[in-house]
Amino acid sequence: MLGKTFMQKTTRSFGSRAVPKQTQLFIDGQWCNSVKGGTFETIDPFTEEPITQVQRASREDVDKAVLAARIAFDHGPWRRMSATDRGNLLYRLGELVEKNAEELAYLEALDNGKPVSVAKAADLPLTWNTYKYYGGWANKITGDTIPAPGNFHAYTRREPVGVAAQIIPWNFPLLMQAWKLGPALAAGCTVVMKTAEQTPLSALKIAELIKEAGFPDGVVNILSGFGEDAGAYLSTHSDVDKVAFTGSTAVGLQIMRNSSLGGLKRVTLELGGKSANIICEDADVDMAVQQSHLGLFFNQGQCCIAGSRLFVHDKIYDEFAEKSAKFASEAKLGDSQDAATTQGPQVSKEQQDTVWGYIEKGKKEGATLLAGGEKYDGKGYFVKPTVFADVQDDMTIAKEEIFGPVMQIMKFSDYDDVIDRANRSEYGLGAGVVTKDIGRAFHLTNGLRAGTVYVNCYDVFDPTLPFGGYKNSGIGRENGPQGLDNYLETKTVIMSRPDGSLP
Amino acid sequence: MLARSSFRNSKRFFGTRMVPKQTQLFIGGEWVNSANGDTFETINPYTEEPITSVQRASVDDVDRAVDAARKAFDHGPWRRMSGTERGDLLFKLAELIKKNGEELAHLEALDNGKPITLAKIVDVSNSYQTYKYYAGFANKFVGDTIPAPGNFHAYTRKEPVGVAAQIIPWNVPMLMQAWKLAPALAAGCTVVMKTAEQTPLSALRVGELIKEAGFPDGVVNILSGFGEDAGAHLVRHPGVDKVAFTGSTEVGLDIMRNSSTLGLKRVTLELGGKSPFIICEDANIEESIQQANFALFFNSGQVCVAASRLFVHEKIYDEFAEKSAKLASKAVLGNGLDPNTTQGPQISKEQQDKIWGYIQKGKQEGASCLTGGEEYEGKGFFVKPTVFADVQDDMTIAKEEIFGPVMQILKFSDYDDVIKRANNTDYGLGAGVITNDIGRAFHLTNGLRAGTVFVNCYDIFDPTLPFGGYKNSGLGRENGLEGLENYLETKTVIMSRPEGSLP
Repeated sequence: MLGKTFMQKTTRSFGSRAVPKQTQLFIDGQWCNSVKGGTFETIDPFTEEPITQVQRASREDVDKAVLAARIAFDHGPWRRMSATDRGNLLYRLGELVEKNAEELAYLEALDNGKPVSVAKAADLPLTWNTYKYYGGWANKITGDTIPAPGNFHAYTRREPVGVAAQIIPWNFPLLMQAWKLGPALAAGCTVVMKTAEQTPLSALKIAELIKEAGFPDGVVNILSGFGEDAGAYLSTHSDVDKVAFTGSTAVGLQIMRNSSLGGLKRVTLELGGKSANIICEDADVDMAVQQSHLGLFFNQGQCCIAGSRLFVHDKIYDEFAEKSAKFASEAKLGDSQDAATTQGPQVSKEQQDTVWGYIEKGKKEGATLLAGGEKYDGKGYFVKPTVFADVQDDMTIAKEEIFGPVMQIMKFSDYDDVIDRANRSEYGLGAGVVTKDIGRAFHLTNGLRAGTVYVNCYDVFDPTLPFGGYKNSGIGRENGPQGLDNYLETKTVIMSRPDGSLP
Repeated sequence: MLARSSFRNSKRFFGTRMVPKQTQLFIGGEWVNSANGDTFETINPYTEEPITSVQRASVDDVDRAVDAARKAFDHGPWRRMSGTERGDLLFKLAELIKKNGEELAHLEALDNGKPITLAKIVDVSNSYQTYKYYAGFANKFVGDTIPAPGNFHAYTRKEPVGVAAQIIPWNVPMLMQAWKLAPALAAGCTVVMKTAEQTPLSALRVGELIKEAGFPDGVVNILSGFGEDAGAHLVRHPGVDKVAFTGSTEVGLDIMRNSSTLGLKRVTLELGGKSPFIICEDANIEESIQQANFALFFNSGQVCVAASRLFVHEKIYDEFAEKSAKLASKAVLGNGLDPNTTQGPQISKEQQDKIWGYIQKGKQEGASCLTGGEEYEGKGFFVKPTVFADVQDDMTIAKEEIFGPVMQILKFSDYDDVIKRANNTDYGLGAGVITNDIGRAFHLTNGLRAGTVFVNCYDIFDPTLPFGGYKNSGLGRENGLEGLENYLETKTVIMSRPEGSLP
């Protein structure tokens, strides 16, 4: 494991790029302080020090923002803009994100802890590509003309659903913001977005770019704040038509229960997972070790679709487990700003403690510890990459979402049985399969109850690919044209036409 | 009518922007002379003087270009680029067109004669939107997975059809180039384009922008030349998979016959028209006259979908005819580069003569000439705006496409009868209806056999709106998703899957 001295030697570099300029709330095209004057600190998970204070949205601010979004939707120029013009604004935003990628990547890494090299290589390109992708969809959202019986001219129109409340998480702040704003704006909705309290900064920079791109006032409103007051209030607000939430299953179920308090709302949710990754007997072991390592440890294990139940065929089990542990222990924990870092800190003390709790449970319940498992000593909310083998299906670490760099390796021998075991979960977000055998690939892929199944790869994300969960992992899909459907309402129009006219 | 002296007074304005730099052939990413050194002149239809000489593609150049396109498709990087990457190149091209819009508009007005104000607002702007529209489609056209019976994983893939031969006309050169290139490139095809001999210049400038945008060599090849040698050789070439032609019906039928001489080709055609415009009894006369004037005289009458058969209800006929003639006579004929000009010259002496021939026929066959009808004297291939009333269905000017500023006004009284009369033609490109009565609108719209029906408007073009003809007006549609499908081939894949796997 890495010694403390190594950590202390890495230099922190904060150029002017990293100074977070924007800390206010973005409501109706203006930057303002919260009505009640509250602020909160956002912590740097590496130094454990506050980065800066940001305004904290109270219920009054939520009211202001929803009102602005409501007026912008009902009366503003946005609703009358052509779809082409809406799309052009989204392209412009995509271009601005690309232009400001350096600064955004540094801001993201600073606030979230992820390595800046990964933010540059993955988070940023995915973000601008998402805005560009949906920019292209805006003027391609079509309805149908329908050959209904009778003397009618019948057709469907697809109209924006209205004001969308969007609550995003802290694991991929910029990207999650794009996954939500992109389709909502392409569809013509207006938005009130509440960011995660752990990571408010990058979204505010995006708001500056939104203004620069020329979106009309009130179309996008961004509030930094907490779930228990601002978030809960926003998701039940009677002037909100649509709620989209990404976060934990516990909060998601709550939102589902409460959302209709202020009137019926269309709700889509992207929640947790405990995704099964099935490594078959014919897998190339080295390739499988890489695939599953990425599938679990990416983003410090803070990925909803993390492949956190590794089902490895008994024929290759021992070799696989040993190599996985070795590979995991090669991680370089460190400052996100340091190019050599491969694993940053967890996002907060709370998360660090939660993950550590699971590690202790794993040890207590009898799993075999092959790597990590010691509490991290030193500054930064780190968790050493940990690998458990001989994990049984009924252990806590095999059932509950850990959301940290803790890998569970389980053994299997029968393919029908492993499908059953994989499906025996309240979750259904993702799954992985590693095999060369074409028949086995289809057998497993078609049997797994999961929203995304990766075959011989993992964590492939793109705005073209619909993403979402079965069962408690969520409702609805984001990305692709399906992502647009979340923000559209279908109107069927039936016009009478005269008797002599042709069908 | 306008006195000759006012023409001499208008200043000719040639800034340095106006010198057409590019006159060579664009093959395999390089600018080259024709294989046999042949050139031809492109004439300025206002001065009747040559603007410059451009390289004339011989059949050898066509061979070279098809080879380059074939290689680029079969072996080049283009085929392996993702839809997103192709789309990004199209975005870049669109931005370059916008950036160079002034110059392109000038070039278009110089070579074609059209008013520069229109070139800017219509031709350049629409071209930009077209490239942008299809840029957004590149990563969005999908195949289907299909619940076929049996143990199969069945799906369709949409693949590019291959090498596309595209022949474009002289009436809206830049825009016709965009309507063809954009969907072909979005689909992943490679292209050999032959421009009209009357208007080779703007396409070559766009060729420079294509190279600047970064399209791989050989993906787009542009040949200036003539239909009888280069065009005919191109459409028959065995290396070409797809032919797309816009031009006269006569040549279109020829291409239909010849193109599959040496191998089957997928052919789409956008041909001529003799579109009816039905002005109902309840029409607002002032508005209708404006609409009808625009619908016929736009682009000096050189529009495939020109409303060249005006069916006016007898109740408003006299007033309509009189006012139409008056409005038509107000046209300001002049140099396309002069911002005051509303009507430029026809494209060539040949066209000028042909149109004059129709005017004479009109008079001979007994139509009432309300305005114009005198041969134009002076420099420039002008035809004075001419309005014929009391036109009968069987007159030549009521049946044949004139493609000039000559309006035909016919009388009707019965709506079912006018639908029949409107449909009594080999053409079927467009139609127009003016009425406030909702029932009448549907009655006429559903009854007219035409690819585009305009109601209370005319000449609305947009990349979102499919455009094409019934009957002899063409085959297939350009723009919209349909435009893309012209360049795609469907591959159905049926993979066997094992017995135990789920459907």
